[in-house]
Amino acid sequence: MKSVRCIDLCKTYRQGDVDVIGLDHVNLEIEGGGFVCLSAPSGGGKTTLLNAIGGLDTPDSGEIWLAGNRVDNLGKGELAKMRLHQIGFVFQAYNLIPVLTARENVEFVMEVQGVAAADRRARSLEILEEVGLGGLEDRRPAQMSGGQQQRVAVARAIASRPALVLADEPTANLDSQSADHLMELFVELNRNHETTFVIATHDQRVMGYARRVIQMLDGRIVGDEQKEAA
Amino acid sequence: MMGNLRIIIRLAWRNLWRNYRRTLIMLAAIVIGVWAMIFMTALMRGMVDDMVKDGISALPGHVQIHNPAFRDDPTIANVMEPPSGKLLEVLNRPEVVAWTTRVRVPAVISSERDTRGVTLVGIEPDRERGISFVAEDVTEGRYLESRDDRGLVVGRKLTEKLETGLGKRVVIMSQDQENEIADRGFRIVGIFDSKLDQYEEQFVFAGEGTIQELLGVGDAISEVAILGTDYRDVEGLRQMVADAAGPDVEVLPWNKLDPYLGSMLAVMDGFVVVWIVVVFLALSFGLVNTLVMAVFERVREIGLMLALGMTPRNILSQILAESILLLVIGLAIGNLAAWATIEPLKGGIDVSIVGQGMEYWGAASILYPALYLKDVILANIIVIVLGFFASLSPAWRASRYDPVRAITKV
Amino acid sequence: MNITFRLAWRNLWRRKRRTWLTVGAMVFSNIILVFMISLQIGMYGMMINNTLRAQTGHLQVQAAGYLDDHKIRQVVPDVEQLAAKLRRGLATDEVAARASAFALVSSADRSYGLQITGVEPKFEPRVSSLPGLIKDGRFLSDAKADEIVIGRVLARNLQVGVGGELTFIGSARDGSIAAAVVTVVGIFESGMSDLDRNLAEVPLRFFQDTFAMGDAGHSVVIMAPSLIQVGATRSRAEALLPAGEDLVIHDWEALLPGLKQAIQADFTSAWFMYGILIVLVAFSVLNTQLMSVLERTKEFGIVMSLGVTPGRLGRLVLLETTLMATIGLVLGVLLGGALVLWFGSHGFSYPGMQEMAGKFNLPSRIYLQVTFIGLLFGPMIIFISSIVASLYPAVRLRFMEPVAAMRAA
Repeated sequence: MKSVRCIDLCKTYRQGDVDVIGLDHVNLEIEGGGFVCLSAPSGGGKTTLLNAIGGLDTPDSGEIWLAGNRVDNLGKGELAKMRLHQIGFVFQAYNLIPVLTARENVEFVMEVQGVAAADRRARSLEILEEVGLGGLEDRRPAQMSGGQQQRVAVARAIASRPALVLADEPTANLDSQSADHLMELFVELNRNHETTFVIATHDQRVMGYARRVIQMLDGRIVGDEQKEAA
Repeated sequence: MMGNLRIIIRLAWRNLWRNYRRTLIMLAAIVIGVWAMIFMTALMRGMVDDMVKDGISALPGHVQIHNPAFRDDPTIANVMEPPSGKLLEVLNRPEVVAWTTRVRVPAVISSERDTRGVTLVGIEPDRERGISFVAEDVTEGRYLESRDDRGLVVGRKLTEKLETGLGKRVVIMSQDQENEIADRGFRIVGIFDSKLDQYEEQFVFAGEGTIQELLGVGDAISEVAILGTDYRDVEGLRQMVADAAGPDVEVLPWNKLDPYLGSMLAVMDGFVVVWIVVVFLALSFGLVNTLVMAVFERVREIGLMLALGMTPRNILSQILAESILLLVIGLAIGNLAAWATIEPLKGGIDVSIVGQGMEYWGAASILYPALYLKDVILANIIVIVLGFFASLSPAWRASRYDPVRAITKV
Repeated sequence: MNITFRLAWRNLWRRKRRTWLTVGAMVFSNIILVFMISLQIGMYGMMINNTLRAQTGHLQVQAAGYLDDHKIRQVVPDVEQLAAKLRRGLATDEVAARASAFALVSSADRSYGLQITGVEPKFEPRVSSLPGLIKDGRFLSDAKADEIVIGRVLARNLQVGVGGELTFIGSARDGSIAAAVVTVVGIFESGMSDLDRNLAEVPLRFFQDTFAMGDAGHSVVIMAPSLIQVGATRSRAEALLPAGEDLVIHDWEALLPGLKQAIQADFTSAWFMYGILIVLVAFSVLNTQLMSVLERTKEFGIVMSLGVTPGRLGRLVLLETTLMATIGLVLGVLLGGALVLWFGSHGFSYPGMQEMAGKFNLPSRIYLQVTFIGLLFGPMIIFISSIVASLYPAVRLRFMEPVAAMRAA
């Protein structure tokens, strides 16, 4: 079953006085369990596409199907619900709530998801272990390195075991070693849980980890390479 | 120097509007605070002023002369001589706006239906007109025409209680100097309505000469009532009269004759200051907060300015200027708003719903706001001066930033 | 403890000074409100109690029309019996019968016209404070004796002391002349010049004899156990009235119409001023919370991308305000309460109170008391208005779009 299907997506948005074309008749299909990179120079449309897939933004026209369900016509509340349980987001920066510890950041999402208090504690520790942060769960974001912060963000993203994880330039603020570690984590999660990963980036290094690289330019898909993972 | 000032103000203005929401909310709060300071004060001042004026009109007068024993024992036994010689000359000076003599004794009034205790006041109608309320308050019949008028002017509430009316006969009884009861029939020739019901029930007016004759006292009087130019400043008048009247009589100002009334003005002055300061303090928390937030948001910018060569003093002035500008705008609008709401209410605010309650406190049931320049100035000065001091702390802190740390702050 | 709560609490302390300043505004206003409202409660309570105890009592049984016309022939028949019956029926002895009439009172040298009131010497002290305010001599003892007690100012005006003789003349119920000679046995000093000048009391039966009243009187005075129970007491008393007679029961609001309104007038004007304080605090809270929300736009955007709804974020903001307001409430109540306690033992006075004391039956120093309402009423209103003030920033969040928010600076 296709995890993600985009049919003829179009989106323009206004920037100052100018109308910018974000998506220009984008058609795309991604398999469940896929590990895809969206590559484009800045402003190429990758963030817009990611936002559309994730239900953060609605396209002007076209359809989006996730796991066989149509999602572009959902209301805000339903989109929020979808993001809560079925999609994980990792952003470039400012992912975490600064006044909560690592564990609390993960628990927070679980609380919103409706997980019982007793379960939350245990599961959040579990997940933090899985991303390699065992022992650091009581630290606040300010007390962690960039790489560690991103790991917490990942832990939070996968807290509900979503089928799909969307990452927007997750390594942009990291040094090369941390970036590698993060990508290795993604690969591992993708392999262990069959989670579909769609990562927007213009970092060649990151693209090296992907099994499929989709190139975008000015809102259009201009390239689609299948390759073997490293 | 002046050019510098203009730049500072222009910069302050622009900075205020960078976060227009915060500035507007703070401004609204200042306007409301200033409005409340001035409006409430005007209302209370008006009420107290009226109370004092009514009280003085009922005494009556700014200064009174009595036999020293009269206040303790206000009967016909304690009379004095009418003014003559030096006293008379002083009373005719321009500092004395009006003066009159009266005979004031406790008496009993009976109609066919009822009997009550009252205070009988024998007056000189012409002179009395300039000092007390009676002449204007006569609403039915007529006022007394001369010292020897044989008629009686009575309050409406009293006529109701006595179940009598205009033109009817009543009997007045009072004690004369031989301790005998003297009584006489009088016809009610006028009825007066007063702001305060208790006046209507207590006072009964007749011609001074008629009463002197009734009680067999010749030309002796109970008191001399004197009106000066300003009730707020009577000491000079009192001194002048006391010197001329001699040691055998007691000369007292209105605030000693009615201590409650006398204390009102001072209490009011105190209240005004307290109210203004309290409102300002409530505002000050928000004011300091606004400045603290404004400074915090601009830490990097301030650091930059310091690095570029602005002195800490410049920064201090800049921040202070913003605060002062905000206060000045707020004051301007607040003052205007206060004036705009007071003007239309000059015709009086009707509080007759609690009219009887107001009477309990000695106030009338229509409030007239009184805008005093000194109160307005006080409010404005307190806001600016205290506002300045309240702003010093955040402004000082801003000027103490270390440029390097400030610029690198995330 | 759940995360949302922890989050709200910690969010408050991200900007310590801002939170403390906002709380400070609340605490300041709360202290003022607690103090002032306690002061008002104390003053009003005292005004009412002192005045009622000195003059009218809580309730009076009278003949219909007596209150307006005050005629000697508008009587309450068998007044002592009725008083006794009410005492039994209401299970209290704070009930006393009275009768009064106008008379000319003369000493050797002076005469004054005033109201003479006949009272039950045994029961009058239970409904009135005056017997307890006798400074010279004693109160009336025997229901039939030819005794009189008068006020200090009247004694001075009549130039008479304890043991002195007074004659009085009035109009009896049957139209004949009522006259008697009495001995002054006591002089009272209430501090209220009106009472000290105009009131004279004689034993009830003596009055009835002198004024040809028979067994009748003019009123039965009743004191309820407390101000709040006046209504209930009135209903019970009404049930005990003999049928057929034209009797009514007036409560103190009808007997002293100015008093209640005076309190209302003062109360209302005070609330106008309190209202300004409350509004200013609300503005402070509005500003703080609005700024706090705007600062976190980007953070909220990211949180929304996780699936947290704007409604939930709005509730978070309200929770933050609630926590802040709670601190303001607790501190305000504690500090305000401490202030009230301090003045409770030291007494509170301001210039002008001395002069007011004589006129309004108030002491010249007030000893404040801690009351439930005094402590909580004002702070509760500030609490609620603070939360209401933060509704705007909270509701505003509903319109937040995650993408736009994340783009914010």
